[in-house]
Amino acid sequence: MPREAPVPVLRFENVTVAFDDVTALVEVSFEAFEGESRVITGAAGSGKTTLLKAALGLIQPQSGRVYAFGRDLGAMREEELFDIRSKMGMLFQESALFDSLTIEENVAYPLLNQKAIHCAPEEVKPRVVEALDFVELGGTLEKFPSELSGGMRRRAAIARAVVTAPPLILYDSPTAGLDPITAHTIMALLIKERDTARTTTLMVTQRYQDGNLMANFRYNSEQGRLEPARNGARQDLHTVFMVLREGRLVFEGSQESLEASRDSYICKFVKPRA
Amino acid sequence: MYGSIGVRGPTFLLDLLKGPVAAVQEFLFLTGSAFRNIFRPPHYTDDIVLQMDNIGVGSLPIAIMAGFFSGAVMALQMSRALATYGQVGRTGTVVSITLVRELGPMLTSFMVAGRNASGIASELGSMKVTEQIDAMRALGTDPVQKLVTPRLLATSAMLPLLTVIADFVGMVGGWLISFLFLNLTSRQYWSTTWRALEWNDVAQGLLKPLVFAVMISLIGCFYGLRTTGGTQGVGRSTTQAVVASIEMIFVLDLLITKMFVWAAGGAIG
Repeated sequence: MPREAPVPVLRFENVTVAFDDVTALVEVSFEAFEGESRVITGAAGSGKTTLLKAALGLIQPQSGRVYAFGRDLGAMREEELFDIRSKMGMLFQESALFDSLTIEENVAYPLLNQKAIHCAPEEVKPRVVEALDFVELGGTLEKFPSELSGGMRRRAAIARAVVTAPPLILYDSPTAGLDPITAHTIMALLIKERDTARTTTLMVTQRYQDGNLMANFRYNSEQGRLEPARNGARQDLHTVFMVLREGRLVFEGSQESLEASRDSYICKFVKPRA
Repeated sequence: MYGSIGVRGPTFLLDLLKGPVAAVQEFLFLTGSAFRNIFRPPHYTDDIVLQMDNIGVGSLPIAIMAGFFSGAVMALQMSRALATYGQVGRTGTVVSITLVRELGPMLTSFMVAGRNASGIASELGSMKVTEQIDAMRALGTDPVQKLVTPRLLATSAMLPLLTVIADFVGMVGGWLISFLFLNLTSRQYWSTTWRALEWNDVAQGLLKPLVFAVMISLIGCFYGLRTTGGTQGVGRSTTQAVVASIEMIFVLDLLITKMFVWAAGGAIG
């Protein structure tokens, strides 16, 4: 008996998004399957953030369809979208922590406000503490976002994105503007989350080394650090690279085929600049 | 066919109109959504109380100051005009009618527009440009329900109260001037002040701040939520919110005044 084709967690079908006279995405189509990691890169203004926001249903496409967990986001009302969004975590580019709330309140926010989560009040604090411990920010519960450094804010935002254990997580430039050490720490957390919770991951980045880490490293839970994924350690998972140019998806494939590309635009994102 | 304008003319004019028409449509959607949310759960009571404190209690000193000095100045100015007819004794009448009908609602609304329409627009604008509004939606909250409706309710509750306080303090200012410089007795001033007011005056004195409050809060939220262009955009939204609020206060004041004049069967109605 033939096996049923797997249903994609996220599917874009000829998606075009425009703002006034500017077209942000043009006829973008792809499918992301369970457990898969996708690294999305491209020049500034190429539509990377728009793609993630369209995946969340925050932006409605002018044409085409976005399906998340098999449901057409364009056919849903905002209230219905809240249920779908509870299955997605999102790390925004500028962290987007709520200034007026403490870190504890920020991380607790999705547990308290997403109706589909059904988190009992007594479970909120332990889950917040667990999420903050995961990003090694256990001692910051009472602090406000303005009291934290850029890297710590990014980690707190990751805790908020993963606290509900969503099966799909979207990261928008998680290492942008961070020093190399902090950027590596953030990437380690992303890979740790992916490997421990087996989440489907979409990561927007302009740093090739982030994609390289995502594709070739795994989290060793015994030693608590990243290690190269050798001997088929990540055979069940794979990483797909996507390159956007002026809203168009100009490349989709493995790291090997990305590196083999002769396209001058694509080459800019493959080799880190000196 | 289109004379000297040429074929491009009407298209160009339509393009010019597209922006304002879209903005009005967006504003009406926001207004409808904000009012609909008053009757739909969840109700963010804590946010309403917080905003009432911020808008109401926070604006109290400035409303008291504006009321007191406008009442005092009104008494000084009007007493000169009334002296021409030997009617200085009616200073209280003029002060109370002017304050309750016009100056109280208008000045208090200007103060609140300057202080709160700007505050609301800059706060929501900052949230917009730092993606906090998107984060709110991503995390299961309707930003209109959480941010706009509490500000609408809080401003609508507090502005009429502030106006009543400003009216009273203005009358006190008028009394002080009348007592100290116009040789009127307290009894003479307060009895004319009290007798001058009719229900029609009180009604328009309360309706005006209520309508202005709706407009101030919604305009502040509207410009805040459509902010683009980083910190520069926040500054632009803040300015636009204050200017638009004050313009709308003038327009609505005329409409409401005309409505009451017509209802009272006035000479110019």
